Amino acid sequence: MRRILMVSLCAVLVAFCLDLYAKSKQEDFPVPRPPFSEGIFPCSSCHAGMETNAKRRVLKDEHKNIVLKHAAEQRWCLDCHDAQNRDKLRLANGDHVDFEHSYELCGQCHGNIYRDWKAGIHGKRTGYFEGGQRMYMLCVNCHNPHDPAFKPLKPEPPPHRPLQKGPAHGK
Amino acid sequence: MGNRVYTRREFIKTLSVAAATGAAFSSLSSCTKEAREEFLQKRFVEMTDAEKKGVIARLEEKYRRAYGKQFQISTQGARPKTLWGYGLDLSRCIGCRRCVYACVKENNQSRYDPQLQWIRVIRLKKGSLINLEDSEHYYNPQEVPEPGFTYQPVQCQHCENPPCVKVCPVKATWKEPDGIVVVDYNWCIGCRYCMAACPYKGRVFNWADPKLPPEEANTAVHYLGNRPRYRNVVEKCTFCIQRVRSGRYPACVEACPTGSRKFGNLLDENSEIRYIIQHKRVFRMKEDLNTEPKFYYFFAT
Amino acid sequence: MEAWRFFKQTLVLVAKGRPVYYAWCALLLLVMGIGLWFYLKQMETGLIVTSMRDQVSWGLYIANFTYLVGVAAAAVLLVIPAYIYHFDPIKEIVVLGELFAASSIVMALLFVFVDLGRPDRFWHLIPGVGILAFPESLLAWDVIVLNGYLVLNVVVPVYILVNSYYEKEPIQSFVVPLILLSIPWAVGIHTVTAFLYNGLAARPFWNASILAPRFLASAFCSGPSMIIIIFQVIRWVSNIKITNEALFKMAELIAYAMFLNIFLLGAEVFKEFYSNTIHLAPLLYLYEGLHGHTALVPWMWLSLAFNITAFLLFLIPRTRQRLATLNIGAFLIIVGVWIEKGPGFVAPGFIPDPLGEIYEYFPNFTELAISLGIWACGLFVFTLFMKVALPIVRGDFIHSKYTKSISN
Repeated sequence: MRRILMVSLCAVLVAFCLDLYAKSKQEDFPVPRPPFSEGIFPCSSCHAGMETNAKRRVLKDEHKNIVLKHAAEQRWCLDCHDAQNRDKLRLANGDHVDFEHSYELCGQCHGNIYRDWKAGIHGKRTGYFEGGQRMYMLCVNCHNPHDPAFKPLKPEPPPHRPLQKGPAHGK
Repeated sequence: MGNRVYTRREFIKTLSVAAATGAAFSSLSSCTKEAREEFLQKRFVEMTDAEKKGVIARLEEKYRRAYGKQFQISTQGARPKTLWGYGLDLSRCIGCRRCVYACVKENNQSRYDPQLQWIRVIRLKKGSLINLEDSEHYYNPQEVPEPGFTYQPVQCQHCENPPCVKVCPVKATWKEPDGIVVVDYNWCIGCRYCMAACPYKGRVFNWADPKLPPEEANTAVHYLGNRPRYRNVVEKCTFCIQRVRSGRYPACVEACPTGSRKFGNLLDENSEIRYIIQHKRVFRMKEDLNTEPKFYYFFAT
Repeated sequence: MEAWRFFKQTLVLVAKGRPVYYAWCALLLLVMGIGLWFYLKQMETGLIVTSMRDQVSWGLYIANFTYLVGVAAAAVLLVIPAYIYHFDPIKEIVVLGELFAASSIVMALLFVFVDLGRPDRFWHLIPGVGILAFPESLLAWDVIVLNGYLVLNVVVPVYILVNSYYEKEPIQSFVVPLILLSIPWAVGIHTVTAFLYNGLAARPFWNASILAPRFLASAFCSGPSMIIIIFQVIRWVSNIKITNEALFKMAELIAYAMFLNIFLLGAEVFKEFYSNTIHLAPLLYLYEGLHGHTALVPWMWLSLAFNITAFLLFLIPRTRQRLATLNIGAFLIIVGVWIEKGPGFVAPGFIPDPLGEIYEYFPNFTELAISLGIWACGLFVFTLFMKVALPIVRGDFIHSKYTKSISN
């Protein structure tokens, strides 16, 4: 009787651990390579040998071109970039993710968008929707993470008026 | 006196009739075999497979002569258990018109005289969405989106009750089994009744020979889709029939920089379009007309 | 052999005539030639030579087509008094009215033909050879009823006239059913043409139940007005006995039809202006202008003035029964209804277009030339018909005279 109880308890424990493990592993999406600036990755090539200064400040020596316009009042660089390992990003609970899984980081705050993105209805769609490889784009493929607001575009020319003749200018 | 006049006039009349008949015969016989075959071509749906092959071969040769490129004309049929649906996110369209020109390039439309565009983006003032009378079609600012305005692209809505199909006197336009409304450009007689019947201005007309620069011609075409068309026949969006039947996104979906365009199979529960209908607030244009369009507008945010 | 002789004699009839006949035919042939030349250009380049575009895809050709189908239906206004009420003054000339209807149908069919983008694919419309989408498409109905009406209005008069030529009585059991058939058929052709527009939910201006009644009412104004004028011309050139009584009777019937036409217009105006929905836009465009576009406004008010004036002229017996005012009234109606049913009907169906755009269509010279060419063609066909029919009706062209002449 006691043996049966022990075995079933172990089984439940194992199942619970497997479930936790499964839940901790997020679904994987086929994404292209992150759009790094030329030569910037891997970050550890510079940062491995550097001291970590976790004080919140405006950077003066490097990365001066990055001006944070993304909740700048509430955060700074090391809230998203892991202080110890610059080749990884940092989630709110301290977990690390690759740059290829940066969507998990964005999805922490932008939950609605994240859910839409996982279903395939947020963002640009290219390639095959079925019968081939379904491609997802990373958030950062369209949105600059440091300045995500969509910049206005110059529109393509309006259509010809009904009686307009000849080719359009410059086409 | 009367008799003389009578015979002379009768002679002239008989001669002119004979001349006219002779001219008609000579013009018919001087037609090439190709022109005769094209003239007598049947409606696409009525053709046997062998006839279709013959027509494709003749068309490919004709296009090769006209554009100097080898076209591949597909006649791929509809897939089973498929009904194509389109989603358009009005909260994200910025009116940049890149979809319009991507469509023009993909679908071999006439570039000018006349300029044919299957997609028309209209600009509406914020606060009004359904009344299209205050729409502006020819906006041309330095940058889009302009503050105070929203943008709505309109193209053939591929209705389930298409009024254009109902009115065509020769059945040159019909709804395919996968829901795409198509035109057989070799059967259309150019009466333009379908254009009067469409509530969405989805159809455009080749008022003259299409001006398609050979270097810009797209050679991967479908018989019912984007193959180069003729003078005086009607054409319209085909949901990129040459792409979607192989599972690829239409050209406009791929071109949109803000990801406003979505596409998928309405009969597939896991498709993107089904997710949108399930989770977002969708509407269709002019629903009171009961045309049952398959083009769903929604607001993601 | 006899038929061939008859045919040859008709050729003689059309070939000989007074100088005014030659001048008239020459003028018509000239206008037809010019129209044909422009049509060949249209065929060579495409319909882009017209002013029609995607926004307004039907124009002057279809406007004239609509008007002429109405004119053709008007023969029924002669047939009913003649054969149903045995009104003798009209009974003698009803054959001429039927030939007039046939000429109008020829013009209407020609207008559809020049409007087609691909007339070389005309055979696609022939049932059996091509595919005629009957009964789904109203254009398919139109093809059938118009051609049927043409056949009716050629077979019946020709049969009657040939019998007159041989001084034989036409077989009543053959001809009377056909004539009686032509009455509902005439109503039918114009109803089908109205339904062609009426069935389009996309065009709120046309999608009104009032369309078919209004078409018939205006048709019974325009056609008989033309007949009134044409019969006076015939009376002048050929001394056929066409009594004034017949003309006054037709004018009286026109007065009732015009009342109905104006009343229906009033009903439409009330509904649109009082309800004041966005569907008011096309009617507003016609009578007031829309967003600064006012091209048709003066025309529509002119048409209304013409119609009301003509109505009064025909209603009051004193003006109706005086030839001068009768003719003024007839002319006013011909023009007034043409404006109302042509540009005043086809263009506002497309203005504003389904996406709200306004393209003010105005026909260009090519369309005018081709249209005038077709009108000339119809008048020419009618002239040739009359050149043979009038001598027969007058009793000058009969077989016994011919046999007497060859035996002499």
